[in-house]
Amino acid sequence: MATIEQKGMYKVFPRSGKNVSFTHYCPGCGHGIINKLIAEACAELGLQDKTIFVDPVGCGVFTYYYWDAAHISAAHGRASAVATGSCRARPDAVNIAYQGDGDLGAIGFNNAFQAASRGENFGCIFVNNSLYGMTGGQMAPTTLDGETTTTTPFGRDPALTGYPLHVCEVFNQLKAPVYIARVSVADTKRIMQAKQAIRKVFEIQRDKKGYAILEILAPCPTNLRMNAEKAAQFCINEMEKEFPLGTFRDETATRPAREVRPIPQCASCAELFAEKTAIPAAVTDPAFAEKRFKFAGYGGQGILSLGLTVAEAARLERRHTLWFPSYGPEQRGGSANCSVVVSGTPIGSPTVEHPDVLVCMNQPSYERFAQDVKKGGLIIVDETVPVHVQPPEGVQLVVWPAIRLAEEFGVPKAANTMMLAALKKLNCTGLSGDSLEEALVASFKKKPELGEKNKQLLRQAEQM
Amino acid sequence: MTKFVKSNEAVVMGALYAGCDLYFGYPITPASEIAHGAAKWFPMLGRTFVQAECETASVNMMFGAAAAGKLCMTATSGPGFSLMQEGISYLAGAELPAVVVDVNRAGPGLGNVYPEQSDYTPAVKGGGHGNYQTFTLAPANAQEMCDLTIKAFEMAAKWRTPAIVFADGLQGQMMETVKLPEAESPRPDFSAWAAQGEPKTRENLVKSIFLDAAAQEKFNEYLQEKYAKMAADAMSETYLADDADLMIVAFGIGSRIARTTAEELRKVGIKAGCFRPISLNPFPREALAASCKGKKVLTIELDAGQFADDVRLNLAKAGCGAEAASVKMLHRMGGEVVSVDAAVAAAKEML
Repeated sequence: MATIEQKGMYKVFPRSGKNVSFTHYCPGCGHGIINKLIAEACAELGLQDKTIFVDPVGCGVFTYYYWDAAHISAAHGRASAVATGSCRARPDAVNIAYQGDGDLGAIGFNNAFQAASRGENFGCIFVNNSLYGMTGGQMAPTTLDGETTTTTPFGRDPALTGYPLHVCEVFNQLKAPVYIARVSVADTKRIMQAKQAIRKVFEIQRDKKGYAILEILAPCPTNLRMNAEKAAQFCINEMEKEFPLGTFRDETATRPAREVRPIPQCASCAELFAEKTAIPAAVTDPAFAEKRFKFAGYGGQGILSLGLTVAEAARLERRHTLWFPSYGPEQRGGSANCSVVVSGTPIGSPTVEHPDVLVCMNQPSYERFAQDVKKGGLIIVDETVPVHVQPPEGVQLVVWPAIRLAEEFGVPKAANTMMLAALKKLNCTGLSGDSLEEALVASFKKKPELGEKNKQLLRQAEQM
Repeated sequence: MTKFVKSNEAVVMGALYAGCDLYFGYPITPASEIAHGAAKWFPMLGRTFVQAECETASVNMMFGAAAAGKLCMTATSGPGFSLMQEGISYLAGAELPAVVVDVNRAGPGLGNVYPEQSDYTPAVKGGGHGNYQTFTLAPANAQEMCDLTIKAFEMAAKWRTPAIVFADGLQGQMMETVKLPEAESPRPDFSAWAAQGEPKTRENLVKSIFLDAAAQEKFNEYLQEKYAKMAADAMSETYLADDADLMIVAFGIGSRIARTTAEELRKVGIKAGCFRPISLNPFPREALAASCKGKKVLTIELDAGQFADDVRLNLAKAGCGAEAASVKMLHRMGGEVVSVDAAVAAAKEML
């Protein structure tokens, strides 16, 4: 008996768990033909060592039994996302995703579409047989108008289920793909064309040209309830009417090589995260009385940066330091606040339930937090804040014209710096004035002239 | 090298030092700073950042990258974490190392962006389908957001299983000092099983399917044996525990509240101590039992009691049935945080 050459395929299929040499495909199924064409193309181009196949869930789930290459078996619908991962991880490999029409057209459509839109470096072989094969012949997005399936027992009615999805035509709206085509394996002539197209998909990956998708119309005699010949005729006569064959795009010869725009590069993590000035680690000093701060006001008043400046000053003094902002929708408008803890020992609870110092730049913040301030603590409010509610007993209240001073100095944005002046002047932070000034200047490291300006304003305000 | 950084950024720094080559992510508050940091720093080191179209895509991109033999990660919060559960099951089923960071926000549903620990069950017990486990670590400060991310990569690679860094919104947003590692970890070699597109990996096949029930059962048994061995790498710590009459058991952010609470209680003459599981799976059962034996136990948590139930279960399984039965819980939900005042009051009530 003459042996048939099986290029790119195993002679027997041990990955199936059995020593067999027949496939799991039904007689007359298009997958069997496509599997052979893919294996041949991969072998003829000498790419078996370099290829990573991403297998789908569906009738193609066991392609790894057959193709002699490395495989990744993906979740249903996710082959294009998985191939995105594998081609990003192994840009030198030839990455090929194999997907059916339920897998790609329905559950995984967005993954496939977005991968195509990003122009991922993998080739997608998309088998369209107009229905779900493995799960028992249900309607797929590609099912024809009037076609009977197990979930359209009276025939697909577009009034209820819409119209067949044209994957190639939709993908052809995208800019990134290099190659988009539809072929068929319903007869010998078509099979020969399909073979050329499949080779092209591999070549595009070999040459790192970009994303390619090849849709292949395939007969499914079992679920169409037809014999092999009738199923092939259905493919040619019915499916091709809805899904015309052809090349929608082929820019393999004209597309220039992709060039990633340059960005700054570092050789190591140490280089990337290097600080211009060495930041000392915190030291433990139990003698330092822990201070908890709350800074609150309107978004845009620089409340978060004020807290950060105090935290930075604490860090400069090698204190254990923690800064925590209010976050979420409120940071886009309305009131914002942040908490700062400065300690001589490692900080336990990060929340500031009872601040030693509360800084309020608006009325809602004052009314929300004033009653929480620790006995013996301090509240600094801007003079624009109406104090209708008295602070708790034993809490000192200082009214300070931060906003007015900033306006008088002609820098309304510096109201937070004016508040810092109050903190410095009242000597209530447990931190030195020098550290506060240094931290202020450091907070403008991208605009050093503003740092100096703010330092001068701080000193002027202190004299008030 | 020491830096003052947002905890979420510390995660990215840890990942880069750990040798993570690819980041796949989808933005979500309060985890987005992790994606921001990754988008900037991964490419600057010649590594890969991909913004996925959804969390389902992120986790499947990780599946592809991990199957191709590279260390990779993603970060998300509650709703995104839910979407990733199927993919995490696949990662576990295919024995792929990958790291998922969950910066827990309040739920259920859309909830809000404030801290909760309510993803406890999916983060610790496996939230997807099938008999699988993850290696789950719960950091409590910015330093650990870095260090335990590195640990997560180590454990993921060692046990060939997805690892979860389980944090919360409060932790993600806070800034603290972080000392970065002295050196970057070497890249692990996964060529024995990964599909790398190289001659030596041509025979490799990464899959989670066993069509035959007997083979699937055998694989499940193998997984369970592996998970049992993982217990050797359980991590925990205690604070003021030796002479304590009352143990406050908490993880993550709760463990910091517990520390301050114990200190406050000691000031008024109550001998309180703390037990903190650092790995939630494997759960440090023996260490928990050893530190809580014969003592009263109070849990602090930001969920509905999923953690307290796990503490009871672990105490009971370790032969501390009486302690398990007497466990009291103090919790908040919805983005509210347990206050030290409330914890002190709850502890006093127990004595």
